[in-house]
Amino acid sequence: MIPFFVYPEYEVVRDYDRCISCRVCERQCANEVHAYDEKLGKMVADNTKCVNCHRCVCLCPTHALKIKKSEDTYKINANWDNALITEVHRQADTGGVLLSSMGNPKPYPVYWDKMLVNASQVTNPSIDPLREPMETTVFLGKKTANVVRDANGKIKDTMSPQLKLKTPILFSAMSYGSISYNAHESLARAAEELGIYYNTGEGGLHRDFYKYGKNTIVQVASGRFGVHSEYLETAAAIEIKMGQGAKPGIGGHLPGAKITDEVSNTRMIPKGVDAISPAPHHDIYSIEDLRQLIFSLKEATAYKKPVIVKIAAVHNVAAIASGIARSGADILAIDGYRGGTGAAPTRIRDNVGIPIELALASVDQRLREEGIRDNVSVVAAGSIRSSGDLVKAIALGADACYIGSAALLALGCHLCRSCHAGKCNWGIATQVPELVKRLNPEIGSKRLVNLVHAWTHELQEMMGGMGINSIEALRGNRLMLRGIGLTEKELSVLGIRHAGE
Amino acid sequence: MMKEGEFRNPSGCAISGVIDRSGKRMSGECMIRSIVTMHDRSNGLGGGFAGYGIYPEFKEYYAFHLFYNDVIAKKEAEDFIQRHFDIAFQSAIPTRKTDSISDAPIIFRYFVLPDARKLETRQLDEEEYVVRCANRINMEISGAYVFSCGKNMGIFKAVGFPEDVGKFYRLDEYEGYAWTCHGRYPTNTPGWWGGAHPFGLLDYSVVHNGEISSYDANRRYIEMFGYKCTLQTDTEVITYIVDYLLRRKKLTLQEVAKVVSASFWSTIESKSEEEREQDTLLRKMFPSLLITGPFSIIFGYTGGLMALNDRLKLRSMVVAERGDKAYIASEECAIRVIEPELDYVRAPRGGEPVIFELNGGAR
Repeated sequence: MIPFFVYPEYEVVRDYDRCISCRVCERQCANEVHAYDEKLGKMVADNTKCVNCHRCVCLCPTHALKIKKSEDTYKINANWDNALITEVHRQADTGGVLLSSMGNPKPYPVYWDKMLVNASQVTNPSIDPLREPMETTVFLGKKTANVVRDANGKIKDTMSPQLKLKTPILFSAMSYGSISYNAHESLARAAEELGIYYNTGEGGLHRDFYKYGKNTIVQVASGRFGVHSEYLETAAAIEIKMGQGAKPGIGGHLPGAKITDEVSNTRMIPKGVDAISPAPHHDIYSIEDLRQLIFSLKEATAYKKPVIVKIAAVHNVAAIASGIARSGADILAIDGYRGGTGAAPTRIRDNVGIPIELALASVDQRLREEGIRDNVSVVAAGSIRSSGDLVKAIALGADACYIGSAALLALGCHLCRSCHAGKCNWGIATQVPELVKRLNPEIGSKRLVNLVHAWTHELQEMMGGMGINSIEALRGNRLMLRGIGLTEKELSVLGIRHAGE
Repeated sequence: MMKEGEFRNPSGCAISGVIDRSGKRMSGECMIRSIVTMHDRSNGLGGGFAGYGIYPEFKEYYAFHLFYNDVIAKKEAEDFIQRHFDIAFQSAIPTRKTDSISDAPIIFRYFVLPDARKLETRQLDEEEYVVRCANRINMEISGAYVFSCGKNMGIFKAVGFPEDVGKFYRLDEYEGYAWTCHGRYPTNTPGWWGGAHPFGLLDYSVVHNGEISSYDANRRYIEMFGYKCTLQTDTEVITYIVDYLLRRKKLTLQEVAKVVSASFWSTIESKSEEEREQDTLLRKMFPSLLITGPFSIIFGYTGGLMALNDRLKLRSMVVAERGDKAYIASEECAIRVIEPELDYVRAPRGGEPVIFELNGGAR
């Protein structure tokens, strides 16, 4: 039997009254959708190759292009939707595991959109951030130090190492390999300018970027790619990646095609061969093993750097977090199931894990109930899409938030969810030199700086509206949130009241 | 309608305080005269006073003041007190019939010391034992409420305008070296006597005017350390924060001010190196105890009063001195009415603690 033809999900629509056959679209499309037909004397498109990345739409000088959702459909079925039918066909053809990229796109509830933020009226004044200081600086790390005084009665600084952030945002872990050299440089430069941090992911740190070390968090993941003493020394903090929201319970897979000379050197692995990071760390089969790795890394860096432990939000996340908070970690990062990825098995991305909103709320509450919230700072990740989400995350209890997808969007990503194909037309999730050079790190970093500045302004406006002039007073301040359209159980997990209460 | 404590209750208010640093005692009548000038800052839904040095004959004993809804609650609470303390003296708190004060509960006081044997077996220091016992009565005995439990000091409060509350409690018959008082303007309340202010814990008392925006961040943090915010008022959480920092973390009052009403980072940058280091360290160590939003408080303790405003000074408060006497009030008129001639009067800056203590030190 021949493979079924699958009608493309999206169609290229060209307005021939506008098209001047300049062939920009053809040159811009790494997927080879567009071509000039000499016989017809006009541009044509092969819709089957289109991933809907909007590169051609953005660059067409006469705005002659748009992409439309295809109207082709199987017989409408509320149980078997078109995607499921197509996926079964594809798997029957190939016997393969389905792969996807970026965050879970399924219509699960988004709790951020079911929470509303408070503002002051009459009984206390709102504060205007244009006229009064509005502090967003936050320190991440343990807050458990005792008050110890020197001979003169001054309090001695016996605190564990802290990360200072000028605004409560960090760039999520994205490895060199899964994203390009220029994407990494954009993130590093922006982090430096913003007084925040970016994260190497599990791909090692390119030599050229050691100079951004003060704003770099280096990751130690199950594959231990690119980990050596200088790598640890260079960083501001070290993150142990135990899990990722997009693919809880499994490791990573970087296809050999993305492993160029530079990536191979940085990761310290052979060129052109698939890089597989195992599902667990093979030296961590229990919480006490994690403790040993935390202290190994602290020993290696003379207790000068905070250690972050990143976990995926799974069902018993609060108990896991409690264990981690007692294991010597300085910062706990929790990644929700809508978090992005450069490649993940579709079924895992779409079915495993829980929302960050619920995970964050239950972790923060559990740590407080156990009296150990000061043991760790909590960083929330896994689809923080706007400053609105950021404000709500902090009010639920986060010290700061990781942003990944939003940062990539700032660099030009249009969420076509095809990173795993390695042909990113925006020069982000690719190692093809001609594509990589499309992303100018100068412009990329500027756009990231703009984004974080914009969110910070919005954060300040909302804080001022609540009469709060320092981010510390927003953290865990759940009275500032109300639920809308939530059940009693959802409200109780989130630890908030319903609107009108 | 929910009872006080079951919902968050924002209030506007008037506060006033006086201390004679020579230790000379004055009657509570001056405080009544002071607070009445700020009548319009209260709405008749709560008033109260704290007097220091008022029980010299029982100064070694913890003075428990309790409200009872009925005799059953009284019996249950008294059984509890007898089991946990040695009672030196007990009596109804004398009151005067006052037309504007109604629905008075049963009001009693007990001068007590912890039962020595129980104290030893619990392995707690004496103050912690007293705090836990007071909390247990408030949490576990329905209809009984401890509203004052310090040594040689007492809180007197009720639903009503503060000047009427003062008359009701016959405060003209008490003499203390320091007094504070409070007139309450809650935005909604069913009017529960326990919800009036000052709020006290051991010899600490707080009167507060404001509505803090950091409330739930502060509450959820401080509850990690065994405190339970049952009243959901700012005053309660502020008292617990000060108690935690002062009694348990052993900070000084100045350091407490640097935590709860911290200088802005931009201000800290411009300070001397030593001050910068200490300010930064305190903000890093206790970030969740920063209080934002408007407040002016008078914190009373054995031997002293501290005045403190929020970091932006969003509530009015002035301080003044005349000889050994020092005054703190929401409005200058409340000071002038009891002392027209002042050495100076000034408005402290936001976050600047002003501390007046008995000559020769407080403690």
